[in-house]
Amino acid sequence: MNYFKGSDEYVLSQALRDNVNVSIALQRPLIVKGEPGTGKTLLAHSIAKGLGKQLIIWNIKSTTKAKEGLYVYDTVQRLNDARFGDGNVSDIKQYIKLGKLGEAFKSEEQVVLLIDEIDKAELEFPNDLLNELDEMSFYIPETGEIIKAKQRPIMIITSNSEKELPDPFLRRCIFHYIEFPETSLMEDIIKVHYPKIEKTLLREALKRFYWIREFDMLRKKPSTSELIDWLQALIVGGISAKAIEKEIPFVGTLLKKKEDVDLVEKSGKSHYAYNTSMRTRDVY
Amino acid sequence: MFINFFFSLKSHGVPVSIHEWMILHHALSLNLNNCNLTDFYHIAKSILVKHEIHFDKYDLAFLDTFKDIETTDEMLEEILAGLKKVKELHLSEEEKKQIEQLNLDEILKNFEEQMKAGHYKDHVGGNKAIGTGGRSTQGAWGYNPAGIRIGQGESRHKRAVQIAEKRSFRNYSSDITLDTRQMKVALSHLRSLLPIGTGERLNIEETIDATCKNAGEIEFVWENKEKKASKVMLLMDVGGSMTPYAELASRLFSAASSQISKFKHYYYHNCIYQELWADIERNKTISSQDLLRSEDNDYKVIIVGDGEMAPSELTWVNGAIDYWYHNDTPGIVWLQRFKDKFKNIIWLNPIPARSWNYVQTIRMIRGIFPMFELTLDGLDESVKYLMSGKCELYHS
Repeated sequence: MNYFKGSDEYVLSQALRDNVNVSIALQRPLIVKGEPGTGKTLLAHSIAKGLGKQLIIWNIKSTTKAKEGLYVYDTVQRLNDARFGDGNVSDIKQYIKLGKLGEAFKSEEQVVLLIDEIDKAELEFPNDLLNELDEMSFYIPETGEIIKAKQRPIMIITSNSEKELPDPFLRRCIFHYIEFPETSLMEDIIKVHYPKIEKTLLREALKRFYWIREFDMLRKKPSTSELIDWLQALIVGGISAKAIEKEIPFVGTLLKKKEDVDLVEKSGKSHYAYNTSMRTRDVY
Repeated sequence: MFINFFFSLKSHGVPVSIHEWMILHHALSLNLNNCNLTDFYHIAKSILVKHEIHFDKYDLAFLDTFKDIETTDEMLEEILAGLKKVKELHLSEEEKKQIEQLNLDEILKNFEEQMKAGHYKDHVGGNKAIGTGGRSTQGAWGYNPAGIRIGQGESRHKRAVQIAEKRSFRNYSSDITLDTRQMKVALSHLRSLLPIGTGERLNIEETIDATCKNAGEIEFVWENKEKKASKVMLLMDVGGSMTPYAELASRLFSAASSQISKFKHYYYHNCIYQELWADIERNKTISSQDLLRSEDNDYKVIIVGDGEMAPSELTWVNGAIDYWYHNDTPGIVWLQRFKDKFKNIIWLNPIPARSWNYVQTIRMIRGIFPMFELTLDGLDESVKYLMSGKCELYHS
């Protein structure tokens, strides 16, 4: 029985770890949603590493079709070969190339399959995969072959909720929403990346970081990955904890939009450092 | 059984199906929850709830069903903690004597026996059994000095219920007014107005044709299959009662303009008259008449406004709120003209739907336009309505 305990490089909450194990035990895909930069994709890497399994990544783009994950029949190559007399044209099999899903099914060992950013694809994309995910098998009409999973892969699906996923698809999955880590969990995460970081620097930086995140008007809130970049910059730049109290050095690593930088600087300079957040639901 | 949890979820509006309910039981039969209510809370959430906007409703349903539950594992912990505490008690000589007569192992053994015999439920009074108000060694509010308190604490040990009580996902709930955190999600709903299905595709007939002309040398002809992009027009109320929402709404749609290629937005004050403004400061005007004449009627039009005004502003000639402003046609006629011109037109209102009926002008406007709340649910439904002409919330 596979039991995922987490790995050294990836700190995760108890709830997420439980949900990963539930998804493994029930052999159902795990959908992971959450703010960008909360480590959705890294989770699959961590699972593969923790369980010692091969990781197959299927990156979804806006043009990706469901069938491409299963197999691609390279008609153009075959036509070309027929024209120039190369290869054995009558053997269709060599023009069938398995996609990532097909690869995962065909593997002798159980693999971890990551379907990354499924919401990038068209609305109907997940629905086209329903049967394949249920049965873990598909049929290739061109060769009359049935590809059936020898070991049901551990499936992790990430979504940035750019599009809603269809209900029938969601029904078949386990769902986890990664909340933004609280200070204590964030400290653990940072210690994984920078074990030797100075305590006061970390404390001041985190204070600053969560202070910035409090701004409701930010166009893009800084995420964990940006915090890690920022700390890297602070360490390399030899910035002291005191300096962070006064101003925000390397603000560009945290905030990527000019309006956001202006907003934070404006409120930082004012002597009482007001937070210009606006919550409309308090109006009523 | 906890089938009432299922119905409680349903009645709180979490879309949960029997399929998922069966999966949950499969998980429980594998003992994935470790006989533990906290784990059960997380597992049931991950299996039954598929969108973070429903997490809050899930918490409420969970509270309803499991609020008063006592779980065995937590109780055992409590007992063990209680046993440890006994040693630390400051007791009188008499009490100490009593304790010496008791063996802690025996108490624990006794407890387990009682558990097995099923005595522990609803037992009040008595000398031996676990229960409340008795003189036995275990239970709550009892008189035995060495007794073990079980389940007397407020809700210290009800961890899962506590998590649910926190309701940390309240902000994700879909029926509160949009705040900036949800702006991104809201935008993603607007994206369904974007063209879908672009990409290259082999045109077989043209390819055969070209190949034949090319004396059998294969010549591929690709074609772009591109569906028609949506055109979106936004008319937004600025000033007066809309001020609290102006920033919110303008940001929502300025971001939208970067994603939708044919996007136009205009501003008005309280009601639409013969002129609209192209900028939020209301300096540059354009004529409503020209707009109606020149624009294609396949624009999807979204009007944002609270619709709260004096009835005269809607129905009177020269009723406009700005006293120097003369309109020779009442606002409601202009609204009707927009409705007649554009087939797909809706009104988004930041005021909660429950108070719409108390405002006369909103009632009048609703007679013309389908009106939706400016919330995630409302926006979602309105986009559905714009695309397909029908949706669950609104029936014409």
